[in-house]
Amino acid sequence: MLYTPFEIKETVDMFLRQKLDIRAITLGVSLLDCACASGNESRRRIRDKLLRIAGPLVNVGREIETEYGIPIINKRVSVSPIALVAAASDDVDYSPWARTLDEVAKELGIDFIGGFSALVQKGIASGDRRLIDSIPRALARTDRVCASVNVASSKSGINMDAVKEMGRIIKEAAGLSADRDGLACAKFVVFCNAPEDNPFMAGAFHGPGEGDSCLNVGVSGPGVIKAAIESCRGASFDVLADTIKKTAFKITRMGQLVGAEAARRLGVPFGILDLSLAPTPEVGDSVARILEEMGLESTGTHGSTAALAMLTDMVKKGGVMASTSVGGLSGAFIPLSEDEGMVAAVRAGSLHLDKLEAMTCVCSVGLDMVAIPGDTKTSTISAIIADEMAIGMVNNKTTAVRIIPVPGKKAGEWAEFGGLLGGAPIIAVHDFSSEAFIARGGRIPAPIHSFRN
Amino acid sequence: MKAIVSVVGSDKVGIIARVSNFLADRDINIDDISQTVLEGNFVMMMMVDLSKSTARIGPLKEELEKLGQTLGVSIAMMHERVFGAMHRI
Repeated sequence: MLYTPFEIKETVDMFLRQKLDIRAITLGVSLLDCACASGNESRRRIRDKLLRIAGPLVNVGREIETEYGIPIINKRVSVSPIALVAAASDDVDYSPWARTLDEVAKELGIDFIGGFSALVQKGIASGDRRLIDSIPRALARTDRVCASVNVASSKSGINMDAVKEMGRIIKEAAGLSADRDGLACAKFVVFCNAPEDNPFMAGAFHGPGEGDSCLNVGVSGPGVIKAAIESCRGASFDVLADTIKKTAFKITRMGQLVGAEAARRLGVPFGILDLSLAPTPEVGDSVARILEEMGLESTGTHGSTAALAMLTDMVKKGGVMASTSVGGLSGAFIPLSEDEGMVAAVRAGSLHLDKLEAMTCVCSVGLDMVAIPGDTKTSTISAIIADEMAIGMVNNKTTAVRIIPVPGKKAGEWAEFGGLLGGAPIIAVHDFSSEAFIARGGRIPAPIHSFRN
Repeated sequence: MKAIVSVVGSDKVGIIARVSNFLADRDINIDDISQTVLEGNFVMMMMVDLSKSTARIGPLKEELEKLGQTLGVSIAMMHERVFGAMHRI
């Protein structure tokens, strides 16, 4: 037999028992050639182009699922930052652009479309300004559109004018979706060092440096890693690290296979493989439980940052060798509401916002899907974002904030977002004011080590 | 295309016969077969060739699952390339 029974059982168990799946195949499409002076005409071009290029996406995904026996949970599209495309038009309100994207997403049968985005790390251009102002309405009036704004980078520093705006935008978006616990904010990410080829929502967009179209793949698999390290109880970190690395390699090879096949069938180039461990609210699909399997009583206790640092690094190391092209976020996600173990840790009292922030220094994204009290001040939200951006800027890594001030609810109450977004206990923020700090505006300069030219 | 059929569960008379008959009825050839006991379970692996079969893989997998239920074992079928990707460089 070509494969040993152990190898075959290991692979079959990954899918049947440990919930291994392809989390998303995301088709990136450039819309830069759709820009024109008329907003209506531009949106018509966008619609035509997306239906033409992404038309077969869902069917191709389903075919591969059936043929290969690998579940592909989400089929998605990411587009060029709309601020760049819409800037040529006279439109002041960009929410009709979001509605066009939403209609196309529904027609294509995809669950999310990302790219209602602006890149303002160094300055806010007129198109960016109009897009940012439109975000709350755009998100409240659409179901499948995701927005993101890159407000900082290791090269440019932190645009504190934009950070200040983000607090206001997030509060406004929460207010407009108050009947759904501020759900609009779950579709909005603020970035430092945003990757241009990220397949994961809500932060996916098709970067201006990308080609006309490509297929990016996001692999998941926290359950597989947990099952693998269950066999290393009591072993040293060397053994643990090696086991994670080998397992990440296998998972990534599966992702590479599916990505290359999907790209071939769609007739577009294969972009990148993002080998992130992305949890879901289901039991057995949690990153927090991996940290606990390493020997922590509850995630958030002392040792959590070290555990997560090793996990993220080993996932990267195992994955890099397994794929022709790795990109996106690649590492371990620690979204609060989307991870059953993280939710349990908050409930147990072991995980607080400050520790969560510390953990984002070594995870692959940032403060993700964190519900905070609805009466949190705008400037406090901006200050939380500023802290997270600083971590990304100084450490040359991507960081992001996806935070939901849940209208009318207080710390300790439950916020429900539904589906893969899950639900979470509302986590307390500091009461002390950051008002005067945020009011300054301007730009925090890039760190000295950014001058590598 | 080639696929791997795995059968895992408690051993009893006729498992190999029933699964082999099921495949033969659909013109699916068995290229290779091995059987062992792993972690106390009966484990049978088959490499099968579907190139002469007219059966579609979607319904085929569902039927195999149902056959597994009647035999009290778990039967799964996956594309051979998945195993190649994971276990062979």
